[in-house]
Amino acid sequence: MAHDAPTIAETLRRQGISRRGFLKFCATTASLMALPPSMVPAIAAALEKARRPSVIWLSFQECTGCTESLTRSHTPSIEGLILEQISLDYHHTLQAASGEAAEAAREAAMRENHGKYLLVVDGSIPLGNAGYSTIAGISNLDMLKETAAGAAAVIAVGSCAAYGGLPAALPNPTGAVPVSAIIKDKPVMNVPGCPPIPVVITGVLAHFLTFAALPELDDRGRPKVFYGESIHDRCYRRPFYDQGKFAETFDDEGARKGWCLFKLGCKGPVTYNACATTKWNQGVSFPIQSGHGCIGCSEPGFWDMGPLYKPLSMPIAPVQMMVGAAAAGGAIAGTAMAMRNRAAKKAAQAAHQKVTVDDLEKAK
Amino acid sequence: MTPLELLTWARGPGLSIALAICAFGILLRLFEIFSLGRKADLSKAREHSPGSGWRTILSRSLPPPGLMKRAPVTYIGGYVFHLGFAITLFFFVPHIELVRGLTGLSWPGLPTQVIDISAVAGLLALIAVLASRLSNPVKRLLSGFQDYLAWLLTFLPLATGYLAFHHLLIDYTLALALHILSVELLLVALPFTKLFHTVSVFVSRWYNGDIFGRKGVAS
Amino acid sequence: MPSTDSGAEHGNALPILNEIRHALARLLESGETSVIDLGALPMGPQDEAELLAALGEGEVEATINAGGPSSVRETAFHGVWLLTHRNEAGETLARFIEIAFVPELLMSQAEDVADSAAALAKKLGQAQNG
Repeated sequence: MAHDAPTIAETLRRQGISRRGFLKFCATTASLMALPPSMVPAIAAALEKARRPSVIWLSFQECTGCTESLTRSHTPSIEGLILEQISLDYHHTLQAASGEAAEAAREAAMRENHGKYLLVVDGSIPLGNAGYSTIAGISNLDMLKETAAGAAAVIAVGSCAAYGGLPAALPNPTGAVPVSAIIKDKPVMNVPGCPPIPVVITGVLAHFLTFAALPELDDRGRPKVFYGESIHDRCYRRPFYDQGKFAETFDDEGARKGWCLFKLGCKGPVTYNACATTKWNQGVSFPIQSGHGCIGCSEPGFWDMGPLYKPLSMPIAPVQMMVGAAAAGGAIAGTAMAMRNRAAKKAAQAAHQKVTVDDLEKAK
Repeated sequence: MTPLELLTWARGPGLSIALAICAFGILLRLFEIFSLGRKADLSKAREHSPGSGWRTILSRSLPPPGLMKRAPVTYIGGYVFHLGFAITLFFFVPHIELVRGLTGLSWPGLPTQVIDISAVAGLLALIAVLASRLSNPVKRLLSGFQDYLAWLLTFLPLATGYLAFHHLLIDYTLALALHILSVELLLVALPFTKLFHTVSVFVSRWYNGDIFGRKGVAS
Repeated sequence: MPSTDSGAEHGNALPILNEIRHALARLLESGETSVIDLGALPMGPQDEAELLAALGEGEVEATINAGGPSSVRETAFHGVWLLTHRNEAGETLARFIEIAFVPELLMSQAEDVADSAAALAKKLGQAQNG
């Protein structure tokens, strides 16, 4: 990235976009970044100075769902983002180059933008056998370490990169770990979700390119603006939870009326994400609006946190057998205790000696 | 361990262990208590009073004349706590879901606003009876470690449940995990402390009423 | 998949209407404008229709063609404007309710005016020379 490269504001102006158009861009960017509209002047000021950052995107043990999600972002569109606002120098699914040329592009971007480029990772990293997942003959672990060394910051996109995800689900055959388990000396931001909401991915990228820094993170490394509140707290069906109106099955009266899905196993109360407000597919809907409870895909270890369709307050595993056995054990132990007590009583009775007044008189 | 993992443990192995200990303990104690028996009463009953035991179950739930004035905190606090606790326990929908998950039985719940009021009333009553226990010299003298333990074990589920529901102080997931864990502590301690009265209260009342009935004391 | 629930009332529009009421009071008292991002609020399928129906149609309607068409519409309540930003493909990017005498984006921007002044001067100069 040359230092005299045009700023983003200059690029937009060269494209014939007016100040008014720029302010509109800032307003939609604020909305995209989930920042309050009062931040628009600050965003405008930051974009006046911001330059196109170089982005390297690495895909490890993943399903490409995160990239599929990214390409469905409409604000800014991925085309707009790549062509105008960021320099996506390596992404083995989206780039035209392949083989050695692709790796050369990654190395060149790392060299030219050392210390300044943004590294985006999707997928988890296997620590078991290095051969479980390689790119161009390089193990995922080596490629991550090598590429993270010169990065300004690392964004772990998707639940696999953020928490281990599906590959790390029990019994975790590849020894999969998240990015944060390996990279300790760089700021690592987690953008979990399976996949994350498209505009959340572009939103955090927009934040980095606007302010040249990561947004404020919570204690699990997630951007607070998107993951600060639970689905349940921001759910439009929340009033029904409070009124005690629940769908009991997926096709009953309550389901048709759009009542709360808690009893059908909705994980909204323990899931922190922006689905309920940002929504999916250009803000059309999100799972709960479509009549299905949240499955908690953006929470750590969601594959192993119990059945999807059991309410949160229900036990995860059947306990009846164990409790029945314990009760039977209690009854047996109680009977044993009773027998011991009775034996003690009998013994006491047997040991009982009769004493008459005469005996006492004699004892004097 | 993340809060969600803690919650998963609490909903899984933790709950199984707690329920198993609770069931074991309750059966153990019931067998023990019932098998102890009483000394045969060789005296002739003063008067025949069938149903005396049953009447006592009810009458002992009402304050005897005069005591309401002498120990208002104990009585009012006791009532408010027990009612608030019972309403919160049995009519909050997630709790009913738990029972349904365990037994298949379910019944209609109450709106969260009602539950909220019950829980707050229960908490305030618990604080009031504790204050009375500590400030009243007689009560303080009579109180031992177990009394304070029972108080704490009852207070914690209400308090953590309240924090979880209102998202106060701690993250909801952690609060929910702590709430379930505190209930599990309560379940574990229930058979082996004075909390066993939840199981034995009406049995012992019937027994007392019946014995006093034989001795000619009206219930 | 669109929403499956129909006819349910969630009542999420009411708090927004109250927020608008307070914003109008602030506008009158101190001239302070407010902007509400509709994308940041929990809204069910009926809530939005309810909100828009409650706000109604006003006297002014404008389209801004800058980086895609944006519609600016005054609601039946004077000073309460509904802004919908779209990209070139017509996809909705963001929706705001702005409580102001005139929405910021309707006003010409100083930088654009300066550019235009220069452009007009250049045009006139060319015309005079030519």
